[in-house]
Amino acid sequence: MRPSAARLLNILVPVKRAVDYSVKIRVNPQQTGIDTNVKHSMNPFDEIAVEEAIRLRETLGASVVKSIKAVTIGPPKSVDILRTALAVGADSAVHVALPESAPSPEPLAVAKTLQALIKKAGDGESKVDMVILGKQAIDDDLGVTGQMLAGLLGWSQATFASKVEVDEGKGEVVVTREIDGGGEEVRCKLPVVITTDLRLNEPRYASLPNIMKAKKKPVEKLSPEDLGVDYTPQLETLKVTEPPKRVGGGKVASVEELVAKLKEAGVTAA
Amino acid sequence: PHALVFLEHRKGVIDAGSLSALTAAKQLGGQVSALIVGDSEHVNGVVEQAKKLQGLTSVLHSTSSQYAEPLPEVLTPLFEKLLSDSSFTHVVSATSSSAKSVLPRVSAKLDAPTVSDVTSVEHDASTNSTTFTRPIYAGNAIATVKAPSAIPIKFFTVRGTAFAPTPSEDGASVEAKEVEPVQVADPPTQHIKTTIAKSDRPDLGVASRVVSGGRALKDAKTFETTLYPLADVLGAAVGASRAAVDSGYADNSLQVGQTGKVVAPELYMALGISGAIQHLAGMKDSKLIVAVNKASPHNYPREMYLMAHRTRMHQFSKLRMLAW
Repeated sequence: MRPSAARLLNILVPVKRAVDYSVKIRVNPQQTGIDTNVKHSMNPFDEIAVEEAIRLRETLGASVVKSIKAVTIGPPKSVDILRTALAVGADSAVHVALPESAPSPEPLAVAKTLQALIKKAGDGESKVDMVILGKQAIDDDLGVTGQMLAGLLGWSQATFASKVEVDEGKGEVVVTREIDGGGEEVRCKLPVVITTDLRLNEPRYASLPNIMKAKKKPVEKLSPEDLGVDYTPQLETLKVTEPPKRVGGGKVASVEELVAKLKEAGVTAA
Repeated sequence: PHALVFLEHRKGVIDAGSLSALTAAKQLGGQVSALIVGDSEHVNGVVEQAKKLQGLTSVLHSTSSQYAEPLPEVLTPLFEKLLSDSSFTHVVSATSSSAKSVLPRVSAKLDAPTVSDVTSVEHDASTNSTTFTRPIYAGNAIATVKAPSAIPIKFFTVRGTAFAPTPSEDGASVEAKEVEPVQVADPPTQHIKTTIAKSDRPDLGVASRVVSGGRALKDAKTFETTLYPLADVLGAAVGASRAAVDSGYADNSLQVGQTGKVVAPELYMALGISGAIQHLAGMKDSKLIVAVNKASPHNYPREMYLMAHRTRMHQFSKLRMLAW
């Protein structure tokens, strides 16, 4: 707990460079992965995370949200998505640089990297109070990084957020979460890890002047050694294959024909 | 192997997803223990139900008013205690919203990964390694991953549609053992409230038939008048595309897709849904898929019956009115 009444928030937003959501992916012939020579962009759930951080600043005021820092871990090209985050409103960015050929780091290693960065920020002026990140990346679809980070730090966590309300005076956040079959509200003490769901907000586009300005914002480059994190995967990917193809089927011309076909297939009224 | 299965329940009724997780755990080929947590009102009843589950080796249960809602911050210390100095080799759960929140948090504390949403499991006892398949890229590729012996406790969540639920067996009864709860003083997170959408129709996640609607259904009223009678005739659950949910036609709990429910019913009918990758990820494993849409069918897997008509709305209504 800070002694001062006015709490200043430092928000960390981890972002991931992923194959663009509109790309129809193809498994490579060696079955080791997919063809990655395609358009990449920021993981859509992370775009929502960046947007939420900016909206919190707009709602609470620039005097409350002191800093918004984007961070990514990945090959040289990952800097592109940091520039995107900076162009929509993040103040600064960190790139933990991996070699081009390095395998994609596993979520636990990512969580450890974030933990190291948060530790590095310390307990003073730049103490991290809130981490907002996507609930999952649309490439590996694992959806575990935020929870792992909260566990490592012993922080409160709010996954699948669809609404975030900060009471900075009390040092609390009320989060509405999307759960199976409905919603849930929880009250989390800061510091907190929040993972974003689709309905949290609609991310904005960066304007051209802001894209130009983003080029001047600071991007700190770190190596895995700087943070003391080992990126050797714990799991072994044996192969990546196409899902089984569906066969048969066809088109029908009328509702009557459709219903007849359904009955033929054994679909009867309940 | 000895698996610990997080057996979830809502107000005393065991979740169907957990029964599928149990089936996956049994395929590891060793002992299977279920863990039930909750408050004093529900735990005993769930324990009695669980004792009858086919193939369970033991039932562990822990009761505390703190466990009335499954808060990860409160449950994690209990898992940690159970897993320390234990014989457990695997921790298994459904890919449910609460298990997804808890398992990775626990696994990170034990320096282990969590393998999410697996569709097959195979354990090799001689090398103490477990191999999983799981969909990646919204189901457009399938990854086969191996958790080697270097990971002493392997965490995974199970895709419900890939494993049949474990049935109950009359007369079967296994040992139940109480586990002391681990009280968390002043937890950092408090539960305020839960709002579950109520419906008299079958549950979307487990229904054998699903009728889904998309944005082409225009508004909430048309969605209702088109889909509900058809769903009633078929005894089907109602689903919706993300676009329909976002437009306010249907409740969020009905969303089928990568970020909603993943379903695999015998019959899936998609009315006015264009078939975005996002949506397909949630229903492509359905047995028989019927798409009713004016748009070209290229988005859907190829076997569907489809009516490409300009008078789409008319077809929707007709479908509804047809005597089955």
